[in-house]
Amino acid sequence: MQDFASSFTHAMGLILQGDAELWAIVALSLQVSLTAVIIAACIAMPLGAALAVTRFRGRNVVVVLLNALMGLPPVVVGLMVYLMLSNAGPLGVLQLLYTPTAMIVAQVILVTPIIAAITRQTIEGLDAEYAEQLRSLGVSASAKIPTLLFDARYALMTAFLAGFGRAIAEVGAVIIVGGNINHVTRTMTTTIALETSKGNLALALALGTILILLAIAVNAAVSTVGLRARSIAYA
Amino acid sequence: MFTRLILGIALSLALPVAGFAAERFITVQSTTSTQNSGLLDAILPQFLDETGIEVRVVAVGTGQAIRNAMNGDGDVLLVHSKPSEEAFVADGFGVQRFDVMYNDFVIVGPAEDPAGIAGSSDVVAALGKIAEAEAPFASRGDDSGTHKAELRLWDAAGIDVSAASGTWYRETGSGMGATLNTGTGMGAYVMTDRATWIAFGNKGAHDVVVEGDQRMFNQYGVILVNPERHENVKAEDGQAFVDWLIGAQGQAAIAAYQVDGQQLFFPNAPGS
Amino acid sequence: MRDLLEEKPVAKTSLAAHGLRFEIDGQTKVDIPLLRLDGEGPTMILGPNGAGKSLTLRLLHGLLTPHAGQISTPATRQAMVFQKPVLLRRSVLANMDYALRAAGVSRAKRRKLALDFLHEAGLAGKAKQAARTLSGGEQQRLALIRALATDPEILFLDEPTSSLDPSATQAIEAMVLRAASHGTRIVMVTHDLGQAKRLGRDIVFLHHGRVACHQPTDTFFATPDSAVAAGYLRGDLPI
Repeated sequence: MQDFASSFTHAMGLILQGDAELWAIVALSLQVSLTAVIIAACIAMPLGAALAVTRFRGRNVVVVLLNALMGLPPVVVGLMVYLMLSNAGPLGVLQLLYTPTAMIVAQVILVTPIIAAITRQTIEGLDAEYAEQLRSLGVSASAKIPTLLFDARYALMTAFLAGFGRAIAEVGAVIIVGGNINHVTRTMTTTIALETSKGNLALALALGTILILLAIAVNAAVSTVGLRARSIAYA
Repeated sequence: MFTRLILGIALSLALPVAGFAAERFITVQSTTSTQNSGLLDAILPQFLDETGIEVRVVAVGTGQAIRNAMNGDGDVLLVHSKPSEEAFVADGFGVQRFDVMYNDFVIVGPAEDPAGIAGSSDVVAALGKIAEAEAPFASRGDDSGTHKAELRLWDAAGIDVSAASGTWYRETGSGMGATLNTGTGMGAYVMTDRATWIAFGNKGAHDVVVEGDQRMFNQYGVILVNPERHENVKAEDGQAFVDWLIGAQGQAAIAAYQVDGQQLFFPNAPGS
Repeated sequence: MRDLLEEKPVAKTSLAAHGLRFEIDGQTKVDIPLLRLDGEGPTMILGPNGAGKSLTLRLLHGLLTPHAGQISTPATRQAMVFQKPVLLRRSVLANMDYALRAAGVSRAKRRKLALDFLHEAGLAGKAKQAARTLSGGEQQRLALIRALATDPEILFLDEPTSSLDPSATQAIEAMVLRAASHGTRIVMVTHDLGQAKRLGRDIVFLHHGRVACHQPTDTFFATPDSAVAAGYLRGDLPI
């Protein structure tokens, strides 16, 4: 168990040293995952909201499917994206395999169902409250979606954070489509996997500690925005 | 405030991603042993300095590296399983195969040495004793070069490990490092390339128990992926890397790489 | 201030329901063969709990689709104020702006118009405040002025003062009377007999989803046309 205590010290040491290589890896991880989550949110939030406010045959099946897709295995997504982007695959001409863009694509696929499912639930709750008033004001069903998304903006931060948590922590997809190439596609999680396979367990654990601190920092930053907003009580 | 925050993040993220499109680079499909041992990190900067070509390494098992190369997802293949490499060239996926270097496999095991094989230099006899004692043995089980070499040795010892799979014979289905972590964790014997073992950081109480058998010779080969098969292959820069690796400078760089005062790879390109 | 300040002729905005029927889970909850609201109002809808007052109001406004029958009215602009005010999670001013935009008021006119209306409701000083931090009375005043800002010909109100204290109730009643005096046709559900007397010109009394009687306010309270209504006014439990 001393490994855990020493890994924390080790992690602090790494942070304080300000190792340029480490920061580059941290920056790439943040960049890839935040970009992926923002793109996913732009797709998933309108989608989830649309699903929340429409009623059609088979809607329950779609909702169940969407919820199930939250558990998409990263390795499978990685493999699918690899097969698409491979030179032998249909999108090979784009030359995206082993680039940060490929990792973003994989994470967007992983994260979109998570954000869409949480959005669907959040918006459905808000719609129950707003529906009559908005209809009374003559707001059409399609114009209602941006209204609901905007008014649920602070509740939807949870969806955003859940997506980010998934993206920043996964390794199965990015290691396949990114290739863990030094200085190009090496992220926190692939570095941890690499150091573990080199038997450098203390270093791997220290990097893991930094990853956790990073996740805490992003969550704290987003929550601060939310709390400030809630303290002026838009919620 | 909220919208502006999102926009700000999006903009700050979009700019640097675009900047990743590097100038001149090749992609090499290689094995974990060349990367985990630190060899490539040591010699590639020299190649970059001399030619201005960046080498991006995807380090996976030999089996996966060959399959990736067959898909055209790489310009050069640097792996260690001669029969598979020759088949790769024969099937038209590669241009020509060259010997680059060798090291050797060793068997590492726990200090208690339950099979009593420490100090042996006869790998086939040692494997026989392990099977007889049903001492735990952790195998890569991932179709890698090391795994294929290990299976050839079990074959030579006349032992059908598939029958013992899940009992004393454990297939991790993982890379060399992960398998070594498993082996040291469960007190199992492991066959590994010497380079990965020397550079490995989690040896625990394990040590080399079998070494020096000619049958554990581990040859690495380099192949340019056939540009006639995949037009995206950077034939010129890829060939430059192959030439450098089997030429005087590359061979000298390989010979000069040491960990803890030990040379890990021995250059043996034809004509060097 | 279009509606509130300009003197307009008294409304002749009629509203009629024909053969109106609404069911929930196969049970008929509203059954109104004919209801004509062609007086100038305000019309107050009374009745015991479960009489179908809120359902009827929503059917008249078009929020619910009846299983049979139709509503006919020449009025194109309608608005409704709910028992519990539904305010957007935005500032007071943004709530007004949203309703005006939905009503098709151009961006250039919206801000001035919104502030004028807020002034009318005594909320001008709170324009920047988050709507949901207003007091209960202020929230309902905002909901009411937001509805009036869309210049409705008919305004439906569903027990808007049921959870308000007397002074807040008085403010709402004053605004309703003012709107009525400027030509807005008022149709309001209440369970407060005093309020019905104070505001109503005619009373629709509902019982078990049917119109038990529809009379001018004075005659309703003096001699109700229905035994159930008489019992209700006496304070009997309407079993």
